[in-house]
Amino acid sequence: MRFLSFLISGLSLGSIYAIIALGYTMVYGIAKMLNFAHGDVIMVGSYICFFAMMRYNLPPVVGVLLAMVVCTVLGMVIERTAYKPLRQAPSLAVLITAIGVSYFLQNAALLLWSSSPKVFPSIIGNGKIQLGELTISHVTLLTVAICLVIMFALTWFTGNTKMGKAMRACSEDKGAAQLMGIDVNGTISMTFAIGSGLAAIAGVLLCSAYPTLVPTTGSMPGIKAFTAAVFGGIGSIPGAFLGGLLLGVIETFAKAYISTQLSDAVVFSVLIIVLLVRPAGLLGKVINEKV
Amino acid sequence: MKRKNTNKYVSFALVIAAYAIMMVLISTGKITRSMQGMLVPISAYIVMAISLNLTVGILGELSLGHAGFMSMGAFTGTCAALMMLESVPNTGLRLGISMVIGAIFGGIAGFLIGIPVLRLKGDYLAIVTLAFGEIIKSIFNNLYLGFDKYGLHFQLLSEKGIKLEEGGRMLIQGAMGISKIKKISTFTAGFILIILTLFIVYHLVESRYGRAIMAIRDNRIAAESVGVDVTKYKMTAFVISAAMAGAAGALFAQNYSTITANKFDFNTSILILVLVVLGGLGNITGSIISATLLTILPEALRSFATYRMLVYAIVLIVVMLATNASSTKIMIDRLKARLGGNKEEEER
Repeated sequence: MRFLSFLISGLSLGSIYAIIALGYTMVYGIAKMLNFAHGDVIMVGSYICFFAMMRYNLPPVVGVLLAMVVCTVLGMVIERTAYKPLRQAPSLAVLITAIGVSYFLQNAALLLWSSSPKVFPSIIGNGKIQLGELTISHVTLLTVAICLVIMFALTWFTGNTKMGKAMRACSEDKGAAQLMGIDVNGTISMTFAIGSGLAAIAGVLLCSAYPTLVPTTGSMPGIKAFTAAVFGGIGSIPGAFLGGLLLGVIETFAKAYISTQLSDAVVFSVLIIVLLVRPAGLLGKVINEKV
Repeated sequence: MKRKNTNKYVSFALVIAAYAIMMVLISTGKITRSMQGMLVPISAYIVMAISLNLTVGILGELSLGHAGFMSMGAFTGTCAALMMLESVPNTGLRLGISMVIGAIFGGIAGFLIGIPVLRLKGDYLAIVTLAFGEIIKSIFNNLYLGFDKYGLHFQLLSEKGIKLEEGGRMLIQGAMGISKIKKISTFTAGFILIILTLFIVYHLVESRYGRAIMAIRDNRIAAESVGVDVTKYKMTAFVISAAMAGAAGALFAQNYSTITANKFDFNTSILILVLVVLGGLGNITGSIISATLLTILPEALRSFATYRMLVYAIVLIVVMLATNASSTKIMIDRLKARLGGNKEEEER
């Protein structure tokens, strides 16, 4: 029974990682860049939702929607101002710019909202479901459910809609996509918008489960989710989902059975071992080099 | 080839001149205390930047865990120095030995992480170095190490099991790190380490090894097909880079009275990467200048107080945009053409 309850809380944490990892992986797939500012978009989303609910007493749903709108706009603004001019630049330059954006968001949050931790209210209360000896909180159920919905919606979106097909085309070959009449810049913007919108949801769920909100809230989950995306094979949507869930479960088990303090070491060791066996991640495509 | 040589002399001249000027300023008392306190960290960051430049700029592999090697060197070097308190009373010698030990352990860590790293490419390699940095941090955060006349006693997670004989002392206390460190690092030691690092890196770059390493960076398959042993040369570059970071860590740690594992986290790795990229990939002189400026910059921005990190972030973004965006690049090229005529040709 203990095992089962750890598994469930692991899946819940993993769902949050998966939602964040989806943002990383989509942006990576299409723009071939590691968007280090993604974790901080999560934090901004959480703050927006927090203030909407606590200061303006808006219902949670409105708060979440507001956070999504703000993050979507923020993601697009970041892309337009900081990343778009660097489309032809070496990838390291883009990486450093992303780090700059990350610092900027963290410090702007520090100035706007101060470093004192905010206690985030759960968006659906602290209710629990009793199943025999097993207690599952509503937040956990909601997190897993939302993750599944997002996963299926995204798979459908990329597979069946015009925009989704455009995204896949761009991630495969930008030049060819442009020749086919696809608006590459618009598609990339759209990807950032979707990724950032998801980040807002992830932020709210993260803070509902772990209710302390500070300007650096997003950075560690951001790094973990990035790890999850690589774990599953970066660029692959099912990979991000699988990687996120596995990472969450491994982390929770490591905390429960090995040691709380060493859990990060265990998680990252597993990652290294997996990458040794499968150098392109669990579901990543192995691309043969052409000579 | 010719250009590389001039660059080399510029680096050495720059470091020696900076050292001489600083020494004069210190002896005449014209330098503020806070500036004087920054000399050792600046030296350590210069060595970190040069050593990371070896991995990122010259070997061409992105590493996001360079602070892990620094941490390794800082902890092992400082512990060694504390154990030698009585046996080696001369502080300069003790610092030297501790830096050597830091370098050895940094190199060992580099070798261990090099094994998986060699199998991976690009972003996967980057994430493994990141993971490695986090593992090192996590381990040092939970390591308890004591020392008495019977030798070293260590344990993970808690210090309960460690019983020390009389005269023994705890060296590493988990998340509290190492405390009561003797501050034996000096600017002169930093200067010597920088010169040594420069010497090693330039020697390496200009040797057969360096040419092989750069060949791997430029085209791995081509290099392999003409008989370059990719694994060997990649590992060599990686281990040397890690060893230099270890020595820098030992120097850095012994400038403070306490040091914790959290000081060498992901953000530190990123900071060093920023130094390298801003200085220019593969450009050693650039690394030295950017390490110096970017360590001073947050201090210099003190008058902005609360806004300084924000300003730092904006400066970072603007510099990257200005130097890399295609529109500004065209502008700069035009400007160069108008000003210098055929300057471009001369450089080649």
